[in-house]
Amino acid sequence: MSATREPGMRRIVVAAASTVSGLVLVLAYPTSLNRQAAPATALPGSGQSQSPSGSAGSGASQSGSTSGGAVTGDAVMTQWGVVQVEVQVSGGKVASARAVQVPDGNPMDQRINSIAVPMLEQETVAANSAQIDVVSGATVTSEGYISSLQSALDQAGL
Amino acid sequence: MTAGTAVLDRRAWHETVMGMPVSVHVRGERVDGDVPAAVAALYAELRAVDAVFSTYREDSEISRLARGELRRRDCSSDVREVLALCGLARRRTAGAFDAHRRLPDGGTALDPSGLVKGWATERAARHLARLPGLDWYVCAGGDVVGHVASDARPAWRVGVEDPADRDLLVAVLPLRDGGVATSGTAARGDHVWDPATGRPVRSQLASVTVAGPSLLWADVLATALFVRGGEAAPAVAADGYEVLLVERDGTVRRAARR
Repeated sequence: MSATREPGMRRIVVAAASTVSGLVLVLAYPTSLNRQAAPATALPGSGQSQSPSGSAGSGASQSGSTSGGAVTGDAVMTQWGVVQVEVQVSGGKVASARAVQVPDGNPMDQRINSIAVPMLEQETVAANSAQIDVVSGATVTSEGYISSLQSALDQAGL
Repeated sequence: MTAGTAVLDRRAWHETVMGMPVSVHVRGERVDGDVPAAVAALYAELRAVDAVFSTYREDSEISRLARGELRRRDCSSDVREVLALCGLARRRTAGAFDAHRRLPDGGTALDPSGLVKGWATERAARHLARLPGLDWYVCAGGDVVGHVASDARPAWRVGVEDPADRDLLVAVLPLRDGGVATSGTAARGDHVWDPATGRPVRSQLASVTVAGPSLLWADVLATALFVRGGEAAPAVAADGYEVLLVERDGTVRRAARR
């Protein structure tokens, strides 16, 4: 985690960076048609750790630029091509997100782009308004987690 | 966050273990020092459990036991403990929970996974429980175990997922100590098996959520109630576990000890 002494600024940067990573995670995650268990490439500073050394993997690193509430994440190579996401932050929360570079090589990529980004925005707002900390549900698959409320709650804390 | 948590630090971790998303959240005046190591130990323990109990791994101890290559008495103490708990769970739920499931071809399959999940999560959480002055929760695939260190701090607010729409909640349960587990049919997940018939449960219930002192038992009871249709909910509530039933038509019913 960064050593900054300004809790408000730190929270904004971490929340934005986490959500950027989270959005990239959504876009990079295999669909049900592809039974691969883990993303093909390591994502920058995400909370997910697949390494056998068992690092806890908390704290999203952020090497993009911050200006006027916009945060741009790293360009990341995913299974479907290069993805880069820009997030607008307001009052410590994600106000909107958009992909500034997306893979558009085939129809599957387009469908993923249109589903993933709006879903995460909506879930972040829903979780915040209900003021819950954690979700109990019967969704046990990692696939289901990615687009879940619990994922949005984790992003706020990563 | 409420006023009481304005000065508290909070961190979250997430990894995929045992084929499940596992989230850890820790809250306290300072979340550093021993905490990252405790979280790492928690995840390491879950991975070790997976190596022993995964029915997807041919070489796991449980798979070898299920194939008859090992005898129960030659198994590790963890496996024997889980099997003993499965026997207890079967008796406590009058067979609604059973680690042995009838197969369509007439045989039986040993699969304690339904109990292992809550057992392992609760046990791994002991790494966090050892840390003084910290609030924490572990959410493993929808099973939640948690602790709040001080009455002055707010309980964890556990949202219960609407089985008809995962972006919505049907209820919020407070958690200060213990566990919350939900059983039901996920959209694209494993079925809940009826041990008696060996077939997926067909129920007028969409989901069952149980909250109480032990995640292991909340999980077992949620599964058992889902299999049996919820009629035992008052008995479960009398035992100190709160029950939330969501029917397929959207009706929500609650049973809790007064």
